[in-house]
Amino acid sequence: MKQLYYEVRKCLGCRSCEIACALAHSLSGELYKALGEEKLSMPREKVLACGGKNYPVSCRHCEGALCVDACMAGALVFDKQKGQVMHDAERCVGCWMCVMVCPYGAIRPNILDKMPLRCDKCTDKDEPACVAACPTQAVIEQEKVKAKT
Amino acid sequence: MGNIEQRSIDKATQEVLKKAQAENINTVWDRFDQQQPQCGFGQLGLCCTVCNMGPCRIDPFGEGAQTGACGANADTITARNLARKVAVGASAHSDHGRDIAHTLSLISDGAKHTHKGGHAHSYEILDLEKLKALAAEFGIDSAKNKDEMAKELSKKLLEEFGRQQGELIFTKRAPKKRQEIWKKLGITPRGIDREVVELLHTTTMGVDNDYKNLIQSGMRCALSDGWGGSMIATDVQDIVLGSPQPIRGKVNLGVLKENYVNIVVHGHEPVLSEMAVKAAQDPELIKLAKKMGAQGINLAGICCTANEVLMRHGIPVAGNFLQQELAIITGAVEVMMVDVQCIMPALQEVAACFHTKLVTTSPKARFPGVTHIEFSPENAYESTKQIVKLAVENFSARNKERVNIPAQEMDLVAGFTKEAVFQILGGKYRATYGPLNEAIISGRLRGLAGVVGCNNPRQTHDYFHTTLVKELIRHDVLVLQTGCSAIACAKQGLLIPEAAKLYAGLGLQEICEAVGIPPVLHLGSCVDNSRILTAASQVINEGGLGEDISDLPAAGCAPEWMSEKAITIGFYFVASGVYTVFGASPFATMGSKNVTDYLTKGLESVTGGSFEFCDDPIKTAKLMIAHIDKKRQDLKLKPAMYEAGKA
Repeated sequence: MKQLYYEVRKCLGCRSCEIACALAHSLSGELYKALGEEKLSMPREKVLACGGKNYPVSCRHCEGALCVDACMAGALVFDKQKGQVMHDAERCVGCWMCVMVCPYGAIRPNILDKMPLRCDKCTDKDEPACVAACPTQAVIEQEKVKAKT
Repeated sequence: MGNIEQRSIDKATQEVLKKAQAENINTVWDRFDQQQPQCGFGQLGLCCTVCNMGPCRIDPFGEGAQTGACGANADTITARNLARKVAVGASAHSDHGRDIAHTLSLISDGAKHTHKGGHAHSYEILDLEKLKALAAEFGIDSAKNKDEMAKELSKKLLEEFGRQQGELIFTKRAPKKRQEIWKKLGITPRGIDREVVELLHTTTMGVDNDYKNLIQSGMRCALSDGWGGSMIATDVQDIVLGSPQPIRGKVNLGVLKENYVNIVVHGHEPVLSEMAVKAAQDPELIKLAKKMGAQGINLAGICCTANEVLMRHGIPVAGNFLQQELAIITGAVEVMMVDVQCIMPALQEVAACFHTKLVTTSPKARFPGVTHIEFSPENAYESTKQIVKLAVENFSARNKERVNIPAQEMDLVAGFTKEAVFQILGGKYRATYGPLNEAIISGRLRGLAGVVGCNNPRQTHDYFHTTLVKELIRHDVLVLQTGCSAIACAKQGLLIPEAAKLYAGLGLQEICEAVGIPPVLHLGSCVDNSRILTAASQVINEGGLGEDISDLPAAGCAPEWMSEKAITIGFYFVASGVYTVFGASPFATMGSKNVTDYLTKGLESVTGGSFEFCDDPIKTAKLMIAHIDKKRQDLKLKPAMYEAGKA
């Protein structure tokens, strides 16, 4: 099961991943056109700065995720086979509980759309858009590893 | 763009790129690939590095910051960034103009003080008629002797750079109505250097925040280039180096010769390349070349300096902007001598893969660790001869096993100027614009198009230029070209008279056959875009096609642009009333809807010209033809005489 990791020391905060993410989820997929689309596509990933370092933040797809527990509509489900938290837009009521409980702050509310903005790992592509976009290879996609504690 | 066919349509380029790949030599295409993906903030123009509170960025998705630390919004930031590029582009062309005006002053200076010739004794006045005509424009008594006239003219030309008030003299060449529009907008350029400096001033932190005002200041600065610096460069080069006449030449990497000492001139200022032409004919050096085992010395050019020596001497053109490294990769170039502009820093590394010596000549453009033989108008021949000698001596270092010169070369006709075109069209005894105007009025010619500009690895090399130009001439649009665009079309055989039969519509074919010109006319280098402005003004003066350049059934395009100079050229064309399309990718203003809309929609009611951005050559041709047809309607002209020719 592949997971996204970030080499924090390499992140220069250029936010190319944010732009690539928004484009990957737009209708046209092209920069100049995407900005003119009626439903503006938003990045699922955000680069936040803290303590002199830059942290690209996106959904960790946790096993036993708090957002899944908190979702009263049952729109968020952990798919064991895919190793990924899936979101069912049909079921979602836009209550923002997932936004509230995420310990990473990785889910953002899209006010216009009334849908949470979450990383879907670009499963329809060969490689997640943020990985392809990162000029310093700070975004890494690799098999899940247990964190040393 | 890993695939070689996607990189270029030009067979010679493809062949050398294969060699580069096999030998693991990086070229501009590889480096461009390594840059992918390019920063979206930069592409949208939303990154501001003007002051040290930044760099600041505007979030194009509207969530994050919508102003920089100073409060500048997307409109101000994109317009300011664009204006700075206009200033840089203008500075490049105009500084070139200054240098040649300075050369003229040295010629006249020396003639007065010494017998042997002067401080620029390698040059002389070669076009006396043009000197007289220019002197008259500047109010100098043309009864004076040649040197006095040249001295006074050069003084007045140099004063145009430092002028503080009033109007540049060359703006008087524009149609009256155009001059009025500029006056009303307050964008008549006052002094060449002043406009560049003032524009840069307005873009610094905390000065101009009105995007419309910034773009207008940009237009005034660009006009000081098009109707100032570039026009001085073109006209004084004609005086000092001779006005071009139609001339045959050859183009593409195949012009490099296996058994000769090959010297490539690359850059922009022909005072250097002109001397290279002389030095390459020096009997002493030819003798030395033969002694070294070569059959002789072969000179070829890249980029605009190639266009200059092509126009005046028929010196072959090795290629355009994206082929500069490839010339070296043929393994057959002894010396590449460069002056200023469009010289890739990468040349040094590519040259190091071969015996090729890169030689810089301008104090303005140096590379660390590269042979520098400084050129000045005072030591012109001596220093150039030294460089040619270096090339001849370097012939023995050539590794013959690594020489692969592609076979491709193509004939072309170049050397059309605003004077020469019309002698041809009108005949020697009625050298007027009359026949051209009549052809447009009758609809035999649909209109005119200027297709100019660079190459850019973002576009398949030469594809946009040639596809667009073929489509235009198929619709009976006479195409005027300069710079790397002209070289692109020349390589595909569009600059020979026979091209009319193959590609042009019936009306354009009739004209080309009657007077023996190609359907695509090569007007010279990028500073020679000023020739297009003066030609357009003379078409208006001839009568029957409106009162202003914006009335003409004409359009412009820079299909594969990359340089800041292209932006400036676009600005002076639009400020002169021309509908101008940019290919490759739009200006970095797409992050501001206001600025982009103003450029593409708002400006038409201001200057009569406007920008358009389109990355497809056929669609671009359609846009330009639709504009030309609209202008024909506005002038109440008959529709074009013939339907488009076969595709």
